[in-house]
Amino acid sequence: MKHDFIDRYSKLESPVHARDARAKTIALFVIIIACVTTPPRAWFAFCVYAGLVIVITAASRVPFRYLLTRMMVVVPFILVVAVFVPFMHKGGAATHWGWLTVSNNGLLVLWNVTAKSLTSVACLILLTSTTHFPDLMHGFEQLHVPRFFTMVSSFMYRYIFIIVDEAERMKRARDSRNYHGKWLWQAKVVGYMIASLFLRSQERAEHVYQAMASRGFDGTYPRYSEPKMGAGDYVFMIFVVATALVGRLAVLWT
Amino acid sequence: MDVIPIAPQVAIRIEDLSYAYPDGHRALNSIDLAVHRGETVGIMGPNGAGKSTLALHLNGILTGQGRVEIMGLEVNKKNLKEVRNKVGLVFQDPDDQLFSPTVKEDVAFGPLNQRLSKEQVEHAVSRALAWVGLEGFEDRSPFHMSFGEKKRASLATVLSMDPDILVLDEPVSNMDPRGRREFIQLIGILEATKVVVTHDLDMARAVCDRVVLMDKGEVVADGRPEKLLSDNALLERHGLV
Repeated sequence: MKHDFIDRYSKLESPVHARDARAKTIALFVIIIACVTTPPRAWFAFCVYAGLVIVITAASRVPFRYLLTRMMVVVPFILVVAVFVPFMHKGGAATHWGWLTVSNNGLLVLWNVTAKSLTSVACLILLTSTTHFPDLMHGFEQLHVPRFFTMVSSFMYRYIFIIVDEAERMKRARDSRNYHGKWLWQAKVVGYMIASLFLRSQERAEHVYQAMASRGFDGTYPRYSEPKMGAGDYVFMIFVVATALVGRLAVLWT
Repeated sequence: MDVIPIAPQVAIRIEDLSYAYPDGHRALNSIDLAVHRGETVGIMGPNGAGKSTLALHLNGILTGQGRVEIMGLEVNKKNLKEVRNKVGLVFQDPDDQLFSPTVKEDVAFGPLNQRLSKEQVEHAVSRALAWVGLEGFEDRSPFHMSFGEKKRASLATVLSMDPDILVLDEPVSNMDPRGRREFIQLIGILEATKVVVTHDLDMARAVCDRVVLMDKGEVVADGRPEKLLSDNALLERHGLV
């Protein structure tokens, strides 16, 4: 089963992988925040962010191809939200391509949405591809992200593929009995399957809780170890944060 | 001089225990049972006999009517923490037992709940993993492990708590013959009072000093495995052959 869907490449060895989860989380979130607050015409700033993403990716040995493919997940959202804007936008300067009229302001909106969402998603993919998921959750905890959130995420990481497996088995059992989807039928059977998966998951949750309670779980989740940030972690974090801020603040002078 | 208390000879004492599930199904019907220290007792019976339900009473996950005592301590709300430190319960499905992203964290879960120091926790983790032969699996994700490895890791998660009593629910079900043989061997070596819930006759013969036969929520026979498990009429009556 493809358990590496969430944190594929997170076990590579590279200077980026070796950094503390907190350093990476802070550094990449600073890029995201700087990026989404940058005015759309600040071309230099966007080049700086893109440059940072490229440099970090190269240093991490995560294949660019993989990064680009995963980034495609936001394309549908961009399509839905922004792709028609250049054609619908009224007023202001416009460019004519044959029978097409494209609003310049609209194009700027499209560029703005695309550049910002792609940069943000690239940062998140980099974070999860260079950090082993349990370490990432641990880093979040040390950054005082609520324990409830990290616990739920950890359970999801542990169990989502078991649930996927279960769904797969049910699908096979269904198809083995000559199921061929006629539309209304199909909807009904899919409904049954979802209900059954839900019940199974709930039952599993109950068993997991029993196993936890058996080992003295009392609602608080004690921590195993507290890694420390080293010099390399600080250097990485300060370098990325400073570069991103230079890009962001350069806007003020131009 | 302090008086050294005499250790109780009875590890588990169950008196008149009955339990009905919320839907009204009576799973246990006035069970009486005593398990002595150091004994390995097999709880056997067909599906739905109430074996697992009984196991869940041994550390207070379920509480029915009647009385359950662990090492002289009554299982009730007040003693729950202490009872759960004494009784290590290993569930049938290792995916229920192993809920952490890595093996190390899972094995450390019990000791951490016992509020041991960091060094003690680490010691307990490496000792438990060595016992089950999973050294070097610390950072593995349970999802990437074979069924047999997951079973061993499940066992390690309770061994790390150093329990007096081990309760194993269907420890070798779904295992391949070699994994099964090795696991049975492993259980045999462990020094603790053991309660093994199973319907595997070979396993009962190999590890148990005593077998308790259950059917329909009641104890129907109690004796030495070589005697009980060669009584074909009895086994057939209760769906074990």
